[in-house]
Amino acid sequence: MAEPLVIDVKGMHYSPLNKQIRAAVASGVKEIVLNNVLGQRFIGNGVRGDAKITINGVPGGDLGMFMSGPECEVFGNAEHAPGNTMDRGSLIIHGSAGDAVAHSMRGGKVFVEGNIGYRGGIHMKEYEGKRPILVIGGTSHAFLGEYMAGGLILVLGIDNEPAVQDRGIGSGIHGGEIVIRGDVDDNLLGVGAKKVEFTDDDLVRLSPVIEEFCGRFDIDPTPFLDTNYSRIIPASARPFAGKYTWE
Amino acid sequence: MCGIIGVIDRTMSRMDGSHIKRALSLMDERGSGEGAGYVAYGIYPDYADCYAIHVFFDNLLEPKTKVDAILKQWGRIVHQEEIPTYEQPGLKKEHIPWRYFFKPYADLMVGTTNPDDDNVTNLVMKINSEIEGALVFSSGKNLGVFKASGWPEDVANFYRIEDYEGYIWLAHNRYPTNTSGWWGGAHPFNLLDWSVVHNGEITSYGTNRRYVEGHGYQCTMLTDTEVVAYLFDLLGRKHGLPSEMVVEALAPPFWDEIDEMPEKKEEFMKALRLTYGPALMNGPFAIVVATKDGIVGFTDRIKLRPLIVGENGSKLYISSEEAAIRTMDPDVDTIYMPRAGEPVIGRVVE
Repeated sequence: MAEPLVIDVKGMHYSPLNKQIRAAVASGVKEIVLNNVLGQRFIGNGVRGDAKITINGVPGGDLGMFMSGPECEVFGNAEHAPGNTMDRGSLIIHGSAGDAVAHSMRGGKVFVEGNIGYRGGIHMKEYEGKRPILVIGGTSHAFLGEYMAGGLILVLGIDNEPAVQDRGIGSGIHGGEIVIRGDVDDNLLGVGAKKVEFTDDDLVRLSPVIEEFCGRFDIDPTPFLDTNYSRIIPASARPFAGKYTWE
Repeated sequence: MCGIIGVIDRTMSRMDGSHIKRALSLMDERGSGEGAGYVAYGIYPDYADCYAIHVFFDNLLEPKTKVDAILKQWGRIVHQEEIPTYEQPGLKKEHIPWRYFFKPYADLMVGTTNPDDDNVTNLVMKINSEIEGALVFSSGKNLGVFKASGWPEDVANFYRIEDYEGYIWLAHNRYPTNTSGWWGGAHPFNLLDWSVVHNGEITSYGTNRRYVEGHGYQCTMLTDTEVVAYLFDLLGRKHGLPSEMVVEALAPPFWDEIDEMPEKKEEFMKALRLTYGPALMNGPFAIVVATKDGIVGFTDRIKLRPLIVGENGSKLYISSEEAAIRTMDPDVDTIYMPRAGEPVIGRVVE
């Protein structure tokens, strides 16, 4: 196998860095390692292909935006909106992330080992075979899955009891599902969200996701393979139908 | 957008401005090159008992003659000089930054428990609303604001910010949205000990402005953030509320959250919300406020702007981005995101 392309990005601006990444992937490089990353925005933006990008440090906002195919593995925290409008591929974050994680994501996977900020999964969407997945090992702040239109958000709540304590879960949700470990207080549900039972069928459906997530972070999946979850789905496909127009 | 960062060393050990310059410059994309600024506490130990009045003059003739006269009428100018600046290719010098070290005559002010501070507040309001070509943008003791229209690194180099050493620093990179960029509209905004940096917009500005103007403040900077400085001065200094309570008044919990509180707390929060209704700030914001005793950071109640906190020993950092904190201090050991509306407070320990 070819040697990975290793770039020391200390003090580097994101523009030349991202040009270099794009050129490398276009020329067939399959593995890129970025060292000393600190605050460089837009890493992996719009990159198409099947490359693996390892990021050592804290990348700046909008990591993997519009990305289609590659995997970015971050050894550090991420800032706002990793996975913004991502199309395909995966982000594996060995740390926590800021607000608006997986913003408008339309395909692929975002795995966050730690916690996420506000509005995780805002306006995620799905279409035919494209179904984005956001999994959070720790907890999430308020407005998780706000205006969600499709896809899956899964919160395992490791070291957090209850798994989510912040309000507005699924505010304005009209597609997709939010699955949270344990029970969720009804007061925390946002407008347009409803809580339903998590069934054995759901477990069969989601087990591969749970196992893959745990596998990526060396977590034993066994304690998570039961039906002790809450499933939050849209109360209706048009939660604000009567708000701005009258029929 | 806009980028903010603040740091306090709680033991009051002083840091030069080079680190915060690098941290703010990392967030260049959060601004548009139309405003950046810094404030540092503890930079004027030789004049620690004087008010350091920083003024933008359009020229040193008419406006300065008037400011000199008004200051001499109300107190004593201990020392004055042009603030040293260094030409930068990317920054147009539109005003002449000047500083006075000033001691007001306390016996000229009656009917107040705090004659010096009230005297200086009145002078600042008078100069800024009545003297054309002069704008006081910093008026506290042993602290100074340095700001201009430009990129963070250009503004820092213009004032050679690394020559100053402070135990608190706040910095701001501006992306003006509702009003145009100008020197007076750059952050931090300051009155006396209060300095404010702000990312977002205060959509309740009209209500807040009418409220502070009813208490003798005058808004002259053509942007929303200055009202936050006056709200803190009114609630924190004049009404004597502790910082946590000021934040609770400005960004209170929602009514349904108040209903869930234990009875005593519920009663208190209701009273606070009713008393300070016109001080409540709406809209998206992340704010860091400093005084000589500490800093407090908080966001709007539904957290429409980012805020992240870092700690390393005696140092507390509050910023829009984690990478900015790590730029200042690669060894920072705790990083966390506070909840919406939750005040994050760093106090000096003496």
